[in-house]
Amino acid sequence: MKLIVPLLIIVTALIVACAAAQAPSTPPRVETGVDPEVWATVPAGEFLFGPHNHPVKIDYAYEIMVTDVTNAQYARYLNRALADGRVKLANHQVVGAYPGDKFTGRRHEKQILAGDYLHVPIGDKDLRLVYDEKTFTVKPGYENHPVVAITWFGAKAYCEYNGGWLPTEAEWEKAARSSDGRAYPWGNTIALNQANFYSSRDPFEKGLGAQGGTTPVGFYNGKMYDGYQTLDAPSPYGLYDMAGNVWQWTGDIYEGMHYRYMRGGSKGVYGYNLRVWSRNSAEPDYYGPSTGFRCARQSK
Amino acid sequence: MQGSVDRYNFLFRSTKGLVLVAIALIGLATAFFGMLSGPMAELGIRDAWVRLFNRSLNPIEREGRIVMLYHTIAMAVVAIETYIITAIIPMKQPQRANINATITVGYIAAMLGGLVFAYFGHNWIFHGIFIAGQALIFFAGVLLAIALSPWNKEYRARPGSAMGPGGMDLERAAFFTMAVATLGSALFGAVPASFSGNGFETFLAEDVVREVHKDALQLSVIGHLHIMLTLIAVALALIVGRWLDFKGRLHRWAMPLMIAGTIVITLGVWLVVPFEEIAHYVIYVGSVFILLAALFLVIFGFDKLMRERLEQKIAQANIAQKIGALLHDPLKFGALWQMVYMNFVVTFIGLFMAIRLDKVIRVWPQREERITLTGHWHILAGIIATIILFYYADTLGLKGKARQLFGWFVIVASDVAFGAAAFFATKRLYVSESAQQPLVDAVMLMVDAGLATVLVALAILMVWRLLDLFRKDGWWKKELGEEVPQ
Repeated sequence: MKLIVPLLIIVTALIVACAAAQAPSTPPRVETGVDPEVWATVPAGEFLFGPHNHPVKIDYAYEIMVTDVTNAQYARYLNRALADGRVKLANHQVVGAYPGDKFTGRRHEKQILAGDYLHVPIGDKDLRLVYDEKTFTVKPGYENHPVVAITWFGAKAYCEYNGGWLPTEAEWEKAARSSDGRAYPWGNTIALNQANFYSSRDPFEKGLGAQGGTTPVGFYNGKMYDGYQTLDAPSPYGLYDMAGNVWQWTGDIYEGMHYRYMRGGSKGVYGYNLRVWSRNSAEPDYYGPSTGFRCARQSK
Repeated sequence: MQGSVDRYNFLFRSTKGLVLVAIALIGLATAFFGMLSGPMAELGIRDAWVRLFNRSLNPIEREGRIVMLYHTIAMAVVAIETYIITAIIPMKQPQRANINATITVGYIAAMLGGLVFAYFGHNWIFHGIFIAGQALIFFAGVLLAIALSPWNKEYRARPGSAMGPGGMDLERAAFFTMAVATLGSALFGAVPASFSGNGFETFLAEDVVREVHKDALQLSVIGHLHIMLTLIAVALALIVGRWLDFKGRLHRWAMPLMIAGTIVITLGVWLVVPFEEIAHYVIYVGSVFILLAALFLVIFGFDKLMRERLEQKIAQANIAQKIGALLHDPLKFGALWQMVYMNFVVTFIGLFMAIRLDKVIRVWPQREERITLTGHWHILAGIIATIILFYYADTLGLKGKARQLFGWFVIVASDVAFGAAAFFATKRLYVSESAQQPLVDAVMLMVDAGLATVLVALAILMVWRLLDLFRKDGWWKKELGEEVPQ
């Protein structure tokens, strides 16, 4: 008898908890003033890489997007790429060709052969894009939010279509922290109103709980939004959202493993995971509500 | 003056006092530094802590701070187990006194030096104190292994217990094996740390699990943390066996299994460095031996609890009477039950993870796998802590309502917390990322409420003992009188 009451409470709580979360309502349309079409130049040179600050040299300059790729940008790309035949529809998914990876047969390694791979899971509840059998559009309010639920293949294809590439981990980290060994893009401390992370109490957590939703790209730029004051949080090269909001796919393919790495932390993890060297990894066909990307390209 | 000397003798020269001091220090460290962790950070308590102590917690050093905190708490747990072992296993009084004195100075030095170094400025003198403390603990371990020698003809097997060649006490041999394995496994972590000196690049094992190219130092550190926790659990299982006067046929089966399991699992973990893939299979074999030994202990213990309560009339008792008898003493039942419960929230989940690693766990992002890993060993460490609390509460002589309340509060609250934590750690099996928040909120509430209840129960126990120390003829005096000062 002593155990029945707490047991019932636990079971009831779990049943209630397992009920599906309410779908997020249309978010408020917020203009941040940060243009997602802008690219920043990262000069050639040495920087401190990883948690132990190892000097690494990148001997070329490159450009990198100032923000994550937005839903509007990705919808535009999909419409053009479908028309061009660079990607295609199959079983209600956007897929595209990939030449495959070198396979070494190591323990846990999965073989990725040449073939068509998933780019965008149309109809997935986390995707902010809608397809009406003719064109892709963005769900209202999400136009300037980072695109999510895109696989590594889909991210890579976008960057290459636009004449660039997914940044390597080194390129990404240099763009995030420059050369002074800082832990976050803006310095060595993190405040709640400096980035979108778990329980950071931003306006996009309202009604959604601590994980919240994505914030528009460039949201943390020192502006006040309907009474919510943000801190200006660019990286030394002027990049926004290099910490938090969504994890960002990077382009490295490492021998002996099929995982692809992500950087930057997201709305779903604690603040310490936003340190510039924090890594996450997943299989290249993984997609989720907290994963996006940005591109790099040759310096002009 | 004599009162102060007596109190000093109780706190630092009697087993109950030494265990009390160590539990109190662990409790303080957990409560104080726990304010910096996830849920506390969420509530803004971490920021208040930082402001209050005017600390700047450099984000680059987070992993180092955590490693130091884990080590200091683990050292105190090792000290508690050592105190108990020296009290329950026959050995010469000077040996007991030397071991306890050495390990006490060692763990307190390691704790103070380590925590001050990690959290209050990097003064290398404190790092030196931390290292010196660890060296003393190691030396105490060597003394303990010598004192536990099963070949000493003075200490033969008890009647009805597992016996080896020439009347060797196999339970003593199991303690000895555990002590030697612990010493070797401590070196297994210390060598890479010393080899790298101040240039050691701190990392948390859960952050590198997917890396293909782990170097020997990384592998040995990962092996070290796994085997040390395992050996702490082995030591505790042996202690519980002694507490319950484990003997008979099951004891004769369990002790050889415990000895073989300890040797096999330890060698398996050491093999991780040169032969990582084979090593896992060796570890599985060792784990099975140890789990079987623990199972025999639980069967014996449950049976004994029922028989004692029913005064040997177990054959005539109905099922309700048997269950009632089994549950009548929450401290002894709790210690055994936690070993059973551990299988549901640690072992079975671990087996599932191992079997379905590539098909399920590694299909998730690494951050999800990381949560399962950290949840896994936090729960195991928590279960170990509750078993120690049951043992300690029993040695204090808790009786009547206090025994029932303390025991059941700790069992129910901790199991709610550990069950919810296991649910949280494996949540991706049941719920997608975008739909997880209600589940996360519910299970985290259960984890926090459960752990808070256990900590409150512990705090009440500690406050009672603290207040008792101010009484001239308190319990401490009685306990001191029961034990010859060491």
